Amino acid sequence: MSLGSPATTDLVTETTPVATSTSAGPELVQLLTPEGERVEHPDYPLSLSDDEYRAMYRDLVLVRRIDVEATALQRQGELGIWAALLGQEAAQVGSGRALRPQDFAFPTYREHGVAWCRGVDPLRLLGLFRGVSNGGWDPQEKRFNLYTIVIGSQTLHATGYAMGITMDGAVGDADTAEAAIAYFGDGASSQGDVNEAFVWASVYNAPIVFFCQNNQWGISTPTGHQTRIPLYQRARGFGFPGVRVDGNDVLASYAVTRKALDDARTGQGPTLVEAFTYRMGAHTTSDDPTRYRLASELEAWKLKDPLERMKAFLYKQQIVDGGFFEALDAESADLAARIRQGCLAMPDPDPLSLFDNVYAETTQVLRDEREEFAQYLAGFSGGQH
Amino acid sequence: MSRLKQFVLPDLGEGLTEGEILRWMVAPGDTVALNQPIVEVETAKAAVEVPSPFAGLVTEIHHQAGETVDVGSPIITFDTDPAAGPLADVSVVAPHPEVGDMVPPPPPEHAVEPVSAAAGALIGEVGPGGRTATLVGYGPKSATATRRPRAGAGQAAAMTLGGTGGVTVLTKPPVRKLAKDLGVDLTTVTGTGPGGTVTRGDVEGAAVSSASAPDAPAYDPATREQRIPVKGVRRMTAAAMVGSAFTAPHVTEFLTLDMTPTMELRTKLQALPEFAGVKISPLLLVAKALLLAVKRNPDINATWDEAAQEIVVKQYVNLGIAAATPRGLIVPNIKDAERLSLPELAVALQELAATAREGRTSPADMARGTITITNVGTFGVDSGTPILNPGEAAILCFGAVRPMPWVVDGEIVVRQVTQLSLSFDHRLVDGQLGSQFLADIGRLLSDPATALAWS
Repeated sequence: MSLGSPATTDLVTETTPVATSTSAGPELVQLLTPEGERVEHPDYPLSLSDDEYRAMYRDLVLVRRIDVEATALQRQGELGIWAALLGQEAAQVGSGRALRPQDFAFPTYREHGVAWCRGVDPLRLLGLFRGVSNGGWDPQEKRFNLYTIVIGSQTLHATGYAMGITMDGAVGDADTAEAAIAYFGDGASSQGDVNEAFVWASVYNAPIVFFCQNNQWGISTPTGHQTRIPLYQRARGFGFPGVRVDGNDVLASYAVTRKALDDARTGQGPTLVEAFTYRMGAHTTSDDPTRYRLASELEAWKLKDPLERMKAFLYKQQIVDGGFFEALDAESADLAARIRQGCLAMPDPDPLSLFDNVYAETTQVLRDEREEFAQYLAGFSGGQH
Repeated sequence: MSRLKQFVLPDLGEGLTEGEILRWMVAPGDTVALNQPIVEVETAKAAVEVPSPFAGLVTEIHHQAGETVDVGSPIITFDTDPAAGPLADVSVVAPHPEVGDMVPPPPPEHAVEPVSAAAGALIGEVGPGGRTATLVGYGPKSATATRRPRAGAGQAAAMTLGGTGGVTVLTKPPVRKLAKDLGVDLTTVTGTGPGGTVTRGDVEGAAVSSASAPDAPAYDPATREQRIPVKGVRRMTAAAMVGSAFTAPHVTEFLTLDMTPTMELRTKLQALPEFAGVKISPLLLVAKALLLAVKRNPDINATWDEAAQEIVVKQYVNLGIAAATPRGLIVPNIKDAERLSLPELAVALQELAATAREGRTSPADMARGTITITNVGTFGVDSGTPILNPGEAAILCFGAVRPMPWVVDGEIVVRQVTQLSLSFDHRLVDGQLGSQFLADIGRLLSDPATALAWS
């Protein structure tokens, strides 16, 4: 990839254009406008019960609360680092809710909303970022792989898994068949791993959904430096369909992902879903976005907030009353208090546990090293110095 | 149950060792809520607002705005139960232990073994009630230490330090060994590490019994001297300049020249529509001349790779411009400057200056420079012997342009005269190359038409 030689820059200005970082272009699938108006899309019919609408909003609110509390805990020295999902709640909750129990999700390190939908206790996420755990949950049980820090590599894991589903013969019936979903970002779209995953998934017609949250920034690199066409259009070159969905619209994110998963399960092969969204906060708590992006861009995206539009929709449809929001506020505060307390009370792991999972069966060398390390540690515990 | 709780500066990024207090948003006597923003701290990575870890009353702020604070030092104390009456013999609960546990803070020299405050817990064991901190005496940080309990000492042995005899010095085995080797009595050393532990630096300091003055930031009328802490940009500048001056053997050459034709050309160019809204400064034309001269003398745009024992000649010019800013001297550079047309270069230069003035220059703007211009002429100075920006092989110093007597065709006339000086790294640039390069710049400036022949 060429990052910005003058010649390239000129071409970029000539050919890109449907979309900027704040406007997604006409191809965007949307079912709920930023003002909370329900609109229809011919390819993605959706009818949900009032309970389902309420549950989706609840997820959005609670997931944001978890994220805000975790960010505060990092600032207070309780977490080593935190990757905030602020602004991306709808893309994650929408796609996460579209998963069936048998599907398998492969996250990055920011999929706290998907983790929530898969029933992973938020405290498990905090343990990882607190440095007291290397994982935190049983991926098989939750059908949610461990967080992957390496950028883009989980797309290959997911593709391999999906190819395995085909080999197991678990493709065909929309209700019982399985699918895999790989999460990644606009930054990862430039990685070799992701492109290799596209190739394998395509030629093996693997039952997988590539779910790209285009949050406009790969740390400090704008999407314009990652691609000269809308990201979803890349799928065409690999031989499978791509679609751009409003990632701040939980309903559209749900409907589009559900369709893509159904296609995967029924043997229609992979789909690339580009959820057009925005990272409202820093890349991680180690980052300062004010150094590289403009406040005006942030302000433009505030108007597209995923929670506000759903809230407006619930009000307008008279699906909820004031009591609903009050109860949710209380639930949200309780959740924050619970994870704060749980985080502070988390025990440090036994230092010797680092030897536990090096090999399936331990070796003599490892046993010796463990013993040596144990003696070294014991040297700190003596009262006399 | 202790009411007073201290909050220590956490590692706000990954592996940071210090931060500067930018602004307090609360003051002693204020009541704060959990997660209410209380202070803005700038680290090497970001300026961030820190939310309060406690709800309660602020009783003390330990470091004022402007101070640089080590990670692990207490910055604020709260009374978490102000309704319970006045504070009498309330002891302070140790700073949040998790900081020490989670992030092995500072670099090796300052590192102390993270001191777990999980009460009564041996390594790997959980103290009762999770991380309930150990009670300690109230006082400066040297006294706010907690320590690992004796092996096998069982549980919940809250330990009080400071005041009750039996001096135990807290430090790491390697530091202990260092003290022994240097003949330093650890009991005489004041620990400055988290929790009052003695660091390697403390021992070394004691060994040389240095007369290093403690924190004395202000003017002292007795000595008539002012001591200013070295930090931030000043410290980086100092390190870079010392590094450069003592690794690259510098040679400086001078050239005085008649710049009148360039100054006339500048007026003509300024009238062109291409330059509408852009200022053509003498610096711009010097920059352009330098870029053309680099093209004729590409080996000047290079770096000495000591590790690889190679000279790296760069096919791109990231042109650094030394800028005096409110934060100090910085050298942002214009990336791929050799590809820019004159109007583009003018805009780039203007933007670079504006960004620097506003203090918004990013680290990326300052990285990967290949050659630099320092424009001392703006200060009315004629010349200098500039020190290389580390990693670069040449730096051009551009002096003031003044009307001076000059000999033209045997007559003395008044001309616009300036001085250029060029410092270069003699490890990879010989006198011939350096001289040619400087002379080429001079030729372009004293006869800009030469540019047509060379571009």
